[in-house]
Amino acid sequence: MIENVPFALLLVIKILVVLALMLVAALVLIWGELKWSAHIQSRVGPWYAGGRWGWAQPLADALKFLQKEDLVPDAADDKVFRLAPYVMIAGTIATFVVIPLGPTVVARDLDIGVFYLLAISSLSTLGVLMAGWSSGNKYSLIGGIRAGAQLIAYELPLVLAVAAVAIQAGTLSLTGIVAAQATPLWTIGGVDIALPYVLSGQIIGFVVFLVASLAELNRTPFDLPLAESELTMGYVTEYSGLRFTMFFLGEYAGMVSISAIIATLYLGGFWAPGLSGDFLDFAGPFILTIKIFLVAFLMIWIRWTYPRIREDQLQAMAWKWLIPLTLFNIVATATMKVVL
Amino acid sequence: MTQLDPRGIVEISDGGVSVELKGEAMTLNIGPQHPSTHGVLRLVAEVDGERIARLDPTIGYMHRGKEKLAEVRTYAQITALINRIDWVSGFANEVPFIVGVERLLGVEAPPRAQYIRLILTELTRISNHLVFASSYPLELGAATPLMYALREREFVLDLIESVTGGRFHPNFNRVGGVKPAAGGGKTQKKVELDLPAGFYAGVEKAMDRVDAVCDELDDLVSGNEMIQARAIGVGVITAEDAAAYGLSGPNARASGITFDLRKHEDLLPYGDFEFDVAVRHNGDSFDRYMVRIDEIRQSTRIVRQAIHSMPSSPLQAKVPRVLKVPPGSVYVRGENPKGEMGYYIVAQGGRVPYRVKIRSASFSNISVMPKIAVGQLIPDLVATMGSLDFVLGDVDR
Repeated sequence: MIENVPFALLLVIKILVVLALMLVAALVLIWGELKWSAHIQSRVGPWYAGGRWGWAQPLADALKFLQKEDLVPDAADDKVFRLAPYVMIAGTIATFVVIPLGPTVVARDLDIGVFYLLAISSLSTLGVLMAGWSSGNKYSLIGGIRAGAQLIAYELPLVLAVAAVAIQAGTLSLTGIVAAQATPLWTIGGVDIALPYVLSGQIIGFVVFLVASLAELNRTPFDLPLAESELTMGYVTEYSGLRFTMFFLGEYAGMVSISAIIATLYLGGFWAPGLSGDFLDFAGPFILTIKIFLVAFLMIWIRWTYPRIREDQLQAMAWKWLIPLTLFNIVATATMKVVL
Repeated sequence: MTQLDPRGIVEISDGGVSVELKGEAMTLNIGPQHPSTHGVLRLVAEVDGERIARLDPTIGYMHRGKEKLAEVRTYAQITALINRIDWVSGFANEVPFIVGVERLLGVEAPPRAQYIRLILTELTRISNHLVFASSYPLELGAATPLMYALREREFVLDLIESVTGGRFHPNFNRVGGVKPAAGGGKTQKKVELDLPAGFYAGVEKAMDRVDAVCDELDDLVSGNEMIQARAIGVGVITAEDAAAYGLSGPNARASGITFDLRKHEDLLPYGDFEFDVAVRHNGDSFDRYMVRIDEIRQSTRIVRQAIHSMPSSPLQAKVPRVLKVPPGSVYVRGENPKGEMGYYIVAQGGRVPYRVKIRSASFSNISVMPKIAVGQLIPDLVATMGSLDFVLGDVDR
């Protein structure tokens, strides 16, 4: 059936579905963060909007932002300033193209899926740099430069951590990586036992990837580019109205996409024990969603527990700890691959 | 090692050849509107990258002319003015002034009134330090300790409110004592009416909660490796610097100076109680945080002792209905939660003072900023600034 649909129409449908999914997921996550952080801080959180549990709070917030005056500072570089939020959000949405939601439910199963992911997910930092540079504000500039420095420090551990996964799976395709995790390791008493990578050899990689992705998302403890108490709001200082909403949504969409990547690479993606084939096509998206939110809640938990670290401490951590750790991880993974 | 130059010139020497790279030092205006300047402090910083080459604190945005206003108000009216100087610890501001006026008049507050003043001063100290314990982690980027500390502070404020009727600005002191409870009458024969019912039990409960939240903060804040990484060794003030710049209160005690006016002055009967002066010795931001947590614990100790040994007496000494203070001058200083709070009162007879000079703690405390900020990074500047615990009303008056 799907073969008969014209390519252009299919493309449009896919784009719309990915966009809608990302936005809905981001809104749900915003609500989740409001609620979850409130409970961490012994508060109730949103309560009234929408009638129950404040479920409509993110929508109400978005509506409020839309009504705000859309300011462009005089000193700003007009075109770049206007473009920056969209560059940021485009980078995060584009990652979802290759995330498999089920064995065949995937927008595009690229052979070099992992490579594509790593390349496209740093695009959002470009948006941050653009925003920081074009705002014509010293705080924004410092925030943007911090984001750039952070990208250089954290992209390397991120790539090296994924390299180990690629070695263990023997493929760069994300569907392939999920399939590799679903492959039984042992058979005990007639029951096939397969483990996701976080439990079968990639625990170091998982931790490093999680830390590095927090840095890539600019979330506490690595929210130096925003750093409210130091740089007022870093690169978003001058933004208001719709463009601010874009940054806000972009942050949470980024969380969803990074969580999806972590879930796919380390937690088995859409796969769950005991399920296979056609049923996974139906259940896969739900399983993946659960895993995404588990990872996202871990990130939220970290954010509301830890303070922000300093730029030099961040660089030291990346270069002195994470990179050697990931190199060791690659060597260990490669050795295991050859020996076993 | 490149040398830092305020003009932004970096010298790189390489095998005898010296190259001058002309960078441009950026002037960064931190404040007056900025999330971590506690109001409207303006810091003009010259930064080289993120490193601070020079720092100029500019104050005066919050100047309300308290000293001049005091010259046209009666002594009783001035309490309402001065408890807004450091608005986080209103009650503690009133006490030295009132005691000063009492000394000029030659009266002394009855013991029970002094005890009530002491309890409320210590409750104010706890509330002030809990505000600090909540805002300091926030400046380092941790938002959750804020809620925990403010949650317990609410119980303390409820106590202050139950006695005085005000949460922040009690305006509860009277010359010669404290305000009697409604229906108590001026000479106050029914002593049981002066504190609200259930006050003692409420104090016990609130002090337990405050002690518990201190333990909680020990886990969440001072036991947190990232807070330690951000605060230990940052913004070190030596004991000599602290003395030279006139630092007082917890800021001086964090540098190892055992100076606590509660032990040295006799405004309030602190001699009746056992407590230790909290002192730490490194003088960094972390110690300034820890000194305040230690002080909260000492204050709960004092309050617990005080409610168990409340003397019985009237609430007010006999003072004339229309206060006319005889000519003379007096300097009275007391231990405000932020440091030394002093009033120099000159009276020339009549209902208003001739001159009131207010010596507030925060003004001296932030004067050390330009000295310790040079060479720091911007995040460290925020960490240092927050640890000094100043309030702009207290700086500008």
